[in-house]
Amino acid sequence: MPDSGFGAPVKRREDFRFITGRGRYVDDIDRPGQLYAFFVRSPVAHATVASIDIGEAQKAPGVVAVFTGEDMAADNVGSLPCGWVVTDKNGDPHKAPPHWPLVRGRVRYVGDHVAVVIAETLAQARDAGELVEVDYEELAPVVDLSSAGENVQLHDEAPGNLCFDWELGDKAAVDEAFAKAAHVSKLDLVNNRLIPNAMEPRAAIGEYDPGSDNYTIYSTSQNPHLLRLILCAFVLNLPEHKVRVVAPDVGGGFGSKIYAYAEETVCTWASKRLNGKPIKWTAERSESFLSDAHGRDHITTAELAMDSDGKFLALRVDTQANMGAYLSSFATSIPTYLYATLLAGQYATPAIHCNVKAYFTTTAPVDAYRGAGRPEATYVIERLVEVAARDMKMEPAELRRKNFIQPDQFPYQTPVALTYDIGNYEASLDKALEMVRYGDFAQRRSESEARGKLRGIGMSAYIEACGIAPSAVVGSLGAGVGLWESAQVRFNPTGSVTVLTGAHSHGQGHETTFAQLVSEQLGVDYEQIEIVHGDTGQIPMGMGTYGSRSLAVGGSAISKACDKIIEKGKKIAAHLMEASVDDVEFANGQFTVAGTDKSKGIGEIAFTAYVPHNYPEGVEPGLDETAFYDPLNFTYPSGVHIAEVEIDPDTGETEIVDWVAVDDFGKVLNPMIVEGQVHGGIAQGVGQALLENAVYDDSGQLVTGSYMDYTMPRADDLCEFRVGMTVSECTHNPLGVKGCGEAGAIAAPAAVMNAITDALGVEIDMPASREKVWRHAQGRFKAAAE
Amino acid sequence: MLTVSMTVNGQTVTKEVDPRTLLVQFLRENLSLTGTHVGCDTSQCGACVVHVDGASVKACTMLAAQANGREVTTIEGLAQNGDLHPMQEAFKEHHGLQCGFCTPGMIMSAVDLLKQNPDPSEHEIREWLEGNICRCTGYHNIVKAIRHAAQDMRS
Repeated sequence: MPDSGFGAPVKRREDFRFITGRGRYVDDIDRPGQLYAFFVRSPVAHATVASIDIGEAQKAPGVVAVFTGEDMAADNVGSLPCGWVVTDKNGDPHKAPPHWPLVRGRVRYVGDHVAVVIAETLAQARDAGELVEVDYEELAPVVDLSSAGENVQLHDEAPGNLCFDWELGDKAAVDEAFAKAAHVSKLDLVNNRLIPNAMEPRAAIGEYDPGSDNYTIYSTSQNPHLLRLILCAFVLNLPEHKVRVVAPDVGGGFGSKIYAYAEETVCTWASKRLNGKPIKWTAERSESFLSDAHGRDHITTAELAMDSDGKFLALRVDTQANMGAYLSSFATSIPTYLYATLLAGQYATPAIHCNVKAYFTTTAPVDAYRGAGRPEATYVIERLVEVAARDMKMEPAELRRKNFIQPDQFPYQTPVALTYDIGNYEASLDKALEMVRYGDFAQRRSESEARGKLRGIGMSAYIEACGIAPSAVVGSLGAGVGLWESAQVRFNPTGSVTVLTGAHSHGQGHETTFAQLVSEQLGVDYEQIEIVHGDTGQIPMGMGTYGSRSLAVGGSAISKACDKIIEKGKKIAAHLMEASVDDVEFANGQFTVAGTDKSKGIGEIAFTAYVPHNYPEGVEPGLDETAFYDPLNFTYPSGVHIAEVEIDPDTGETEIVDWVAVDDFGKVLNPMIVEGQVHGGIAQGVGQALLENAVYDDSGQLVTGSYMDYTMPRADDLCEFRVGMTVSECTHNPLGVKGCGEAGAIAAPAAVMNAITDALGVEIDMPASREKVWRHAQGRFKAAAE
Repeated sequence: MLTVSMTVNGQTVTKEVDPRTLLVQFLRENLSLTGTHVGCDTSQCGACVVHVDGASVKACTMLAAQANGREVTTIEGLAQNGDLHPMQEAFKEHHGLQCGFCTPGMIMSAVDLLKQNPDPSEHEIREWLEGNICRCTGYHNIVKAIRHAAQDMRS
């Protein structure tokens, strides 16, 4: 096993600061003279704001200012944009009503931002917030997604609350295939709304410097450069070079920290209004529940047409997707290009059509949450395939095997736009079946039944598309940004290396893995390499971390920068060794003249580059290279997860008794970290399947607005996870890697629900709460006993 | 304002505080001990667990005034003379953390578990961790780390 390169389970270097309490998160930062922001939020789901009286609040102790949407309007502050244009069936772009950072005349969900109170202490700001008098003239809420179109109108721009009606795939071909199908299986399902709940609540400090006219924003962001771009170009109308965004240690993201939110916008704007006073805001958890972008929330009908042998002929999917009250930064792309494009799954289904209608409702905005569209797609396919196996009385693993895309079919063009470069789905299935001892399941089921328990087994054969790209393609599909990544690799004169990456780590461990990568590529000792991320003031450019892209895209950019370092190093080495550049080879940190014993270490070359006393003509001093990498395609991780559950019919409790995950992530850099990513993803997927559910009542109040009500997975809800790997290397990036961050969350919900419905003998929706399971288990158990 | 005095990580501190100041605010804001985190507002997540007179306590659920005269240990005070506590070592060794935000509370809670039960089963560890939420790790490696720390501390 290598010490630090590909395949080495190097312990994380970032851990020391976290285990000793010396991490530095945004809320740990205090700026001299800082003031505190408290947001007055709407307590009602939908209302006209008739008046806001800030008089009493302004007079309260310690209060420096109270601002409303009118103040921001006066400064021409823009709307928070959605950066992906989805084209409706009718050819129009999606409806994009304005999303003001502080509302202008109307509130549209509980938690909407009505005013901000800025005071010398947080307690003073909060106390004064109570004194802001808002006159709400209530309007009917729009809560139920299934009837959202028939309800009161939320935005003038969106008749029928419809954001877009979009389709993908060949409808005629699908209809034709259904007409001649021997069997059609159908499933209605709900993909429950989730609240991301990174453990670190969002936080921001906005700080304007009147002396330099520069801004610094400290933000819990997954993508500081992207946040800067959105705030500068669309919202605050600031020159990008005058704004620095710092995202220091960030305590988890899972998508929820990708977006430009109202709070950092307001803090930054207000700092200028208050002549440079730093303005700090940290979310209380209740605010996170109310106003972090939520995830999922689909209602779907899916039908699978098969021939008499169970060969898939066509898939038809109709989905309604909830956008919430306003469009979050990438909301429209999630139920479209990150969802419908994945509906082929691992199968060679010849025809697929998907129709998605997206609606506005009086709920928190919905956007990417770990997996982002792909868990929803996998859930549709893998639940439906399971139902089909049950309908056809076929073994579920064999039905899957019969329909898998075969290794010799790659590159494989799906009927829903994507081209899979590589995969070996049967290899993962076989390994997972072996690991779980699939053949012995009947015996385990009997043993459970003897103990009065119901046992079920369920699998999920998922595919995901990571490292969303290439820029030209996503641009043609409506993306408003490029999806490259950049890196700078800088030798210091004494031979150590500083790597500046546009990717951002908020738990992924880049400081370790990226150093492993550079160590392998440049032959420099791992300990001599430092990874810098999360500061637009230091890192030239970047797009950040989401969609499991960090190694596949960010790592590839680093690799390209390393190549440039080596190319330049060869010129310097050739000069020093009096050889032709063409004869110089590089391996393991040494430049050698081919066929000779002449050799120079890369450290000496770096020193020479900065102390160029004996130096080749026409070569610039310094050894410091920047590279951008724009992927040629998505990467396509895949795998099979199998869950085994045991249900207590007396209590409705579902215990996950075994979990086998076999994933194909391509080449694996640090298996310890990859396995950790898989574990965490599975836990979130199990959470969705068993426990988590964001519930708004009929009046639009979020009733699951705290950890007392929203059931987070806890240690005793989960089991040990058994993780295996298969490897088919990505064909189009220089590292052969695919990405691993979302796989667990994508695979897990269908595996759990297939296992539970296997045990219960009835199809139910997520979350499989104890009450729901208990009701069905009662019937099943009695039936079995009789 | 109220004067509170306590021993924090072996040092006596005395400060004037607003009576409603929570222990976690006192540690973070008055003493700049930012290793103790605030992850919720309902005493559920456990990111703020510290030891008060040797027992684990959620520092968001106790007023600074209630800690008056008592001995408080935070994550910053767990390592002794530059040596990491075996629980800290185990979390690093077994990848028991990702984003690190829940980690201080997890470690402080786990140290108290082993004080009460030096050889906990996997089930007992999982039950004990009910009051500590982690969103990153799926708890797999946290449980593993605690089991290994228990072994190390017994041997």
